[in-house]
Amino acid sequence: MSDTIKFTIDGKECTGKKGQLLVDAAAENGVYIPVLCHWKDVKPAGSCRICTVKVNNRYVTACTLPIDENCGDVENNTPELQDIRKAIVEMLFVEGNHFCPACEKSGDCDLQALGYKYQMMVPRFPYAFERRELDAKSPKIFLEKNRCIFCKRCIRMIKDEKGRSYFAFKGRGKHLEISMDEKLAANISDELAQEAMDICPVGAILKKEVGFINPIGKRKYDNEPIGSDIEKSK
Amino acid sequence: MEEKIKSIIKTSGNSPDRLMDILLSVQKEFRCVPEEAVSLIASALGISEADVNQTKTFYHFFSSKPVGKYAVYLNNAAVSGMMGMAEVADEFEKQAGIKFGETTPDGLISLDYTACIGMSDQEPAALINSVVFTELTREKVKEIVAGMKEGKTVESMVPEYGDGNNAHPLVKSMVKNNIRKAGPVCLGDYDAGKTLSKALSMNPKDVISEVQKSNLRGRGGAGFPTGLKWLFCSQESGERYVICNADEGEPGTFKDRVLLTERAKMIFEGMTIAGWAIGAKEGIVYLRYEYDYLLKFLNSILDEMREKNMLGKNIMGKGFDYDIRIQSGAGAYVCGEESALIESTEGKRGEPRNRPPFPTQSGYNEKPTIINNVETFCSAVKIVEKGGEWFSNMGTEESSGTKLLSISGDCKQPGVYEVEWGMTIKEMLDMVDATDVQAVQVAGPSGVCVPPSQFSRKIAIEDLATGGSMIVVGKQRDLIKDIVLNFMEFFEDESCGSCITCRSFNMILRRMVEKIVEGRGIKPDLDNMVQWGEIMRNTSRCGLGQTSANPVSTTISNFRELYESKVKDVDFQSDFDMKKAIIESCEAVGRPPVVHE
Amino acid sequence: MSKPIIATASLAGCFGCHMSLLDIDDRILKLIELVEFNKSPIDDIKTFTKQCDIGLIEGGCCNTENIEVLKEFRKHCKILISVGECAIMGGLPAMRNGIPVKECLDEAYLDGPTVGENKEKIMPNDEELPIITDKVYPLHEIVKVDYYLPGCPPSADLLWEALVALVTGKELEIPYELIKFD
Ligand SMILES: Cc1cc2nc3c(=O)[nH]c(=O)nc-3n(C[C@H](O)[C@H](O)[C@H](O)COP(=O)(O)O)c2cc1C
Ligand code: SF4
Ligand code: SF4
Ligand code: SF4
Ligand code: FES
Repeated sequence: MSDTIKFTIDGKECTGKKGQLLVDAAAENGVYIPVLCHWKDVKPAGSCRICTVKVNNRYVTACTLPIDENCGDVENNTPELQDIRKAIVEMLFVEGNHFCPACEKSGDCDLQALGYKYQMMVPRFPYAFERRELDAKSPKIFLEKNRCIFCKRCIRMIKDEKGRSYFAFKGRGKHLEISMDEKLAANISDELAQEAMDICPVGAILKKEVGFINPIGKRKYDNEPIGSDIEKSK
Repeated sequence: MEEKIKSIIKTSGNSPDRLMDILLSVQKEFRCVPEEAVSLIASALGISEADVNQTKTFYHFFSSKPVGKYAVYLNNAAVSGMMGMAEVADEFEKQAGIKFGETTPDGLISLDYTACIGMSDQEPAALINSVVFTELTREKVKEIVAGMKEGKTVESMVPEYGDGNNAHPLVKSMVKNNIRKAGPVCLGDYDAGKTLSKALSMNPKDVISEVQKSNLRGRGGAGFPTGLKWLFCSQESGERYVICNADEGEPGTFKDRVLLTERAKMIFEGMTIAGWAIGAKEGIVYLRYEYDYLLKFLNSILDEMREKNMLGKNIMGKGFDYDIRIQSGAGAYVCGEESALIESTEGKRGEPRNRPPFPTQSGYNEKPTIINNVETFCSAVKIVEKGGEWFSNMGTEESSGTKLLSISGDCKQPGVYEVEWGMTIKEMLDMVDATDVQAVQVAGPSGVCVPPSQFSRKIAIEDLATGGSMIVVGKQRDLIKDIVLNFMEFFEDESCGSCITCRSFNMILRRMVEKIVEGRGIKPDLDNMVQWGEIMRNTSRCGLGQTSANPVSTTISNFRELYESKVKDVDFQSDFDMKKAIIESCEAVGRPPVVHE
Repeated sequence: MSKPIIATASLAGCFGCHMSLLDIDDRILKLIELVEFNKSPIDDIKTFTKQCDIGLIEGGCCNTENIEVLKEFRKHCKILISVGECAIMGGLPAMRNGIPVKECLDEAYLDGPTVGENKEKIMPNDEELPIITDKVYPLHEIVKVDYYLPGCPPSADLLWEALVALVTGKELEIPYELIKFD
């Protein structure tokens, strides 16, 4: 049996390795499936749901699905799926408090970039305007809870040498909150703080004493939609 | 405090996967899990404090501030509401002199609400320090609170004991079984150990094929073929686990509670047979915290079975080693979802896992695991005893055997009924003596709200599937307010919050139902609710988010006229209320809240 | 055919969106040829003198006066457009949303680090002053809004393209670079 899997995405013929996650296989074939929580080679969280595609007419998240012979035909850019993704982006905007004009990550933010991609002019859902805190206790990091989208990247990836997590959830459901371990974060290294900021898809984790480094016009998503690099690669 | 906590950590097993037990013991000891405990636990287990808090803050019954010496948790599920919860709550507040969500200044009494505690046939019910009080009235509340003020023990305030094992010295509970109809499978005659001895003399493969022959499908709600699940797991290699799902969280379900009370041995026997069939050495029962009053009793049954060599080493001399332990939950509906249950059993927040892999491939401790409902294990015992064919001759083509129904709400005979699959709703209503029925909520909040025009439909996996919850809603009820709104509040509270869709849509849908109930709804709201619910169904990770729009979508489709009579037929209507918007700031500056329009 | 009439207003905004409108440079001459302005800070007409075709509003609603003006615009304009982040979602003023008004007022007038002498603990409370609302409201939560132009401020090009499309009835194709939330 061969390890190569053949499948199609919106009719385009693709190949990938058995067991590879659909989202990664798609990218290798030049197909962009939007992600917010996915990070290559890290155990999937499957929490943002933005990568929802249809495989053989069933909804699945592309970041959690290892491809195999049953993959068959994948739908990715159908109007229905685009609308679902737009709804998810809108939902994230109304759930948190996203004041882009005052955000250090603006222009480099994946959530915002998806808002641009799907031409979100105004969310269809009512704004929640819940009060959330900013945790500035760490000497190295601001944790701006207003902007967290609960992707769990920080929880999954930022650990100390003993494997302990700096970040964790608090509460559940609508009370869910990202939190930072006060004791561990007091001694976090510059490198790790930088890494935490870099992996955060939004402006929730910020390194202190830096910010607004890239001028407007030179930021990641100023001129080209998110995913363009993947789409241009093939 | 430090000594106490250290000893708790030691006795619970000093390991991160025992975190639930540690937190449960600390909560019991100190009536809360204080910061100091979090810090000690974190350093003992070698995890961060944030991680300990992650588990602690997930569960309803862990608190940061001490609950009262008498901690009252009144059930605020829909059926409780129908049976007069509001009055009971009012009386508690009056007698205790505090509101729900508060603790008396002397720390004596705290009042909180909690989701369905599995007593729907004897509501309104409450847990007080994990002792169950049922059929509460204003009078009873007065007595109870007076007892608290006199310093009586909670146990001594139980007025009388229920039937069967509810009166067992290790249970001593006022809960009633209300077994109204016993069938041949779960509630019929049962001879402990007989089937286990038969099974152990069979080849494990043959045990599985017998279960497959019976067409038994999971009784927890999803209806997956049990034999197939066991087969998949048996084909995996290495260590394997059996888990019994006794989380029974779906509001309106209480049949597992009756089985745990009256058929504990049968459940454990079923788990042991399953262990033999799939090649496991350990079984775990995940027991919801609401049933903590049964814990001692259940452990004593396990001890008894160990003594009789039905558990432990070399069971019945057949060379099979197998034992069972009980893992307590701490209040989270989502932990009934099998992968969330596993996470919880490993000491984590009960967040459902992504699939694949399925638990049969990678479950508890990442080992192949089967998870079945309490009733499924009981059924399996009878199947192995009497043969798959005997079982499959009962019920319908696709749903074989019998099903325990937990029937509650507006009927004269609420309780547990063991019936063959295939009964119609109408037949069921006659059986429980219900008249003037507006609707039947089948399968709990995540199920379907069935209108009278569909009462000829069958209770069967192929038609109206159910894990057993049947709530009868009389004509006198305000369906949208009493039922739909209550269900949406439930889902909003119980979402684990991992998926954006489930986390937010449940809140948004709840608000929209509220808006309609308050007469502020407009017609486009209805279509939006249906559409948004559909997005949540299609994109959420687990069954909770995939079904939690059902209260809204099934009632909008089956009772549209009710909604239409409440909403305005306009395209746009602002929800803005000028008076409300300015009252706070006028108060702050000392100005009369008058606007000239 | 008479020229379409435009009205504009700034509610709880910073006038940045209006500045952006002026930023269309020499195209403003073309705009004047295309449309007529009525109530607007641009021509300093303070009250509506006739029904308008298009109302452009920057800023959200943070007080009773904002709400009155907004409602008046809805009454007088066929098409109402939320211009900029503040109109669409409250913008920076909405950073106070979620915080009780009392806390905000105390911070501003009594306890905040920038408060000077206020021994009598006076809070502005004149009849003439509009009353602050409990939060800053996006326009579409108060009245029906027809279109949205995001940005802080929306770029001059976006405003220009949108207005021209609206006035000439052409399909609006917005290039990627023009939709920005900052
Ligand atoms: C939110 C949610 C809650 C659930 N609660 C329970 C429960 O309390 N008891 C139960 O047996 N199954 C429950 N289930 C179903 C389980 O995930 C699982 O399917 C079941 O335990 C499998 O056992 P069975 O095949 O014997 O039914 C729940 C599922 C979901 C999505
Ligand atoms: S995190 Fe992104 S979306 Fe949120 S405010 Fe910052 S730039 Fe905007
Ligand atoms: S802080 Fe950032 S990385 Fe962490 S969960 Fe929130 S959005 Fe994700
Ligand atoms: S659907 Fe809801 S309960 Fe299930 S994983 Fe997602 S957020 Fe959690
Ligand atoms: S990227 Fe797949 S769920 Fe987030």
